[in-house]
Amino acid sequence: MDKVLMKGNEALAEGAVRAGCRAYFGYPITPSSEIAEYMARKYPKIGGTFLQAESELAAINMVYGAAAAGARVMTASSGPGISLKQEGISFLAEAELPCVIVNISRGGPGLGGIQPAQSDYFQATRGGGHGDYHIMVLAPAGVQEMMDLAIEAFELADKYRIPVMIMAEGTLGQMMEPVVLREQVAEFYNKPWATTGCKNRKPNIINTLHLSPDVLEQRNVHLQNKYINIKLREKRAETYMTEDADIVVVAFGIMARVARKSIMEVRKQGVKVGLIRPITLWPFPDDVVEKVSDTAKIFLSLEISMGQMVEDIKLAVNGRRPVDFYGRIGITPNPEEVSKRLLMLAAEEGLR
Amino acid sequence: MKIVAQKPESLTDAQFHYCPGCTHGIIHRLIAECLDEMNLRESAIGICPVGCAVLAYNYFNCDMLEAAHGRAPAVATGVKRMLPDRCVFTYQGDGDLASIGMGEIVHASARGEKITVIFVNNTLYGMTGGQMAPTTLLGQVTTTSPYGRTAEQAGYPIKIAELLAQNEGSAYISRMAVNSPANIRKTKKSIKKAFQTQIDRKGFSLVEILSTCPTNWGLSPIDALKWLEENMIPYYPLGEFKVKEDMQYG
Ligand SMILES: Cc1ncc(C[n+]2csc(CCOP(=O)(O)OP(=O)(O)O)c2C)c(N)n1
Ligand code: SF4
Repeated sequence: MDKVLMKGNEALAEGAVRAGCRAYFGYPITPSSEIAEYMARKYPKIGGTFLQAESELAAINMVYGAAAAGARVMTASSGPGISLKQEGISFLAEAELPCVIVNISRGGPGLGGIQPAQSDYFQATRGGGHGDYHIMVLAPAGVQEMMDLAIEAFELADKYRIPVMIMAEGTLGQMMEPVVLREQVAEFYNKPWATTGCKNRKPNIINTLHLSPDVLEQRNVHLQNKYINIKLREKRAETYMTEDADIVVVAFGIMARVARKSIMEVRKQGVKVGLIRPITLWPFPDDVVEKVSDTAKIFLSLEISMGQMVEDIKLAVNGRRPVDFYGRIGITPNPEEVSKRLLMLAAEEGLR
Repeated sequence: MKIVAQKPESLTDAQFHYCPGCTHGIIHRLIAECLDEMNLRESAIGICPVGCAVLAYNYFNCDMLEAAHGRAPAVATGVKRMLPDRCVFTYQGDGDLASIGMGEIVHASARGEKITVIFVNNTLYGMTGGQMAPTTLLGQVTTTSPYGRTAEQAGYPIKIAELLAQNEGSAYISRMAVNSPANIRKTKKSIKKAFQTQIDRKGFSLVEILSTCPTNWGLSPIDALKWLEENMIPYYPLGEFKVKEDMQYG
């Protein structure tokens, strides 16, 4: 199949187009802006709606309106912009409006920097806004996956009526790789709940207010049941050389690629290291981690943050194995320093 | 038997929760009558604010959404851009629109978003118990301006209709009041014009409506109507501030 060379952000945007997304609302921010620019060029030619909103607040609420109208809709941003969207994401989650939110992530807190980071992990996987909710979070590790998971994200969003976030480090957004262009999605979900005008039916209401305590509790139980269902069906991870591994690195996105390089290097020196790459950050693939902990002696969470995913690994391992952490912020750990860390860990644990 | 008055089809049977004498109810009825008379109910999609009218989705007998505080114009933009042939309206209070939602309303107007905004100005935050709003008059006592609003401390009340009329994208902007039968009739006419502006795709339309809050003003319903006339209308003059007849775009 023919491959084209594409930038990660553009592959993601093209994936959304191929998923039938014809609406984009966003506010510029580095390193995500190419997504908006791609849509601004593309949509006038194919009959889509691109709108540069006055803020991320407005953008996410435009997404709310477009999703309520039954459209496949996307917004993209980074760090500070994603923070501004959180109130809207809480509303979207409760109203069960399907949409795709992209975080081409950079380092914080505050204005932080524009270097790639994974430090929005908690914000993404714990709901991020107010109330008891989750959104699905997908973490691509290459430009091809930027396209593939974009398509997947729209399918999951409609299937479960849930906002789906794609969280990819700025590196993935900016780098170029060859991509196989996927087929245009041809079949779409029916949305009888959408507010499209009440001709020939009773009025539809999309609402997140539940003043009666009973109703509020029922709504929350309903959401939790949905989350249980998603946890049962949608956890995804890739494993690499975990079968015989004493040390198992857990890393997602670009860090999984760094980890693979180190693993090859360190294995040459006789240390058995493997990798678990979570593809869904929520739901976290704890089943895979738990299974691997039957044979692994120690886990290492490798992150471009100060150690956030380490909590999910610990929950999955449930005290059976130690969980170590290596990470930096602002600077993406390189394969050499990760190898060094793995060798040090092997020496400390007597695994060499 | 001849029917001379009945509930508009665009209102449901639900009983309003508004306080006795509150003019939110009159405004609801006027909107519903306009939707009926213009045959818009089946193509209408309304967006409720956060404020006393948060439950308006129970009252309007058409598709309804409830938005986050102040964000109704952005939500309406999302709906309208997806469904350009529907009639999309927001219903917003002065805290919702003129304070927390000022960004969204100014930009919806500047973009010439083809939506209709019903803006209910009652000079304070009704739902949360009568705090000061950007529209609170100088000297007016509220729970957060207990000694009366002063310009030094809180600046000046914002005139939304005049402000938005300056935007090129605004096609119809008016300020009306519902304090007397004559003014109620004028308000209805103005709401119709605003909807017609949207149907004709001329641009953004907004009707600011001076409304009472007897509960938080601490006045009887009749005294509240009088207070509106004597205090609000002198500062917030009634009339049409923008009527774009010629321009047609989109
Ligand atoms: C983000 C956010 N901040 C504050 C509130 C609390 N709140 C609810 S209604 C309201 C003010 C509403 O006043 P107004 O828009 O004037 O409408 P009215 O109740 O007077 O009709 C406020 C501040 C909220 N719900 N959400
Ligand atoms: S608090 Fe004021 S605005 Fe709200 S319903 Fe009562 S009278 Fe009307």
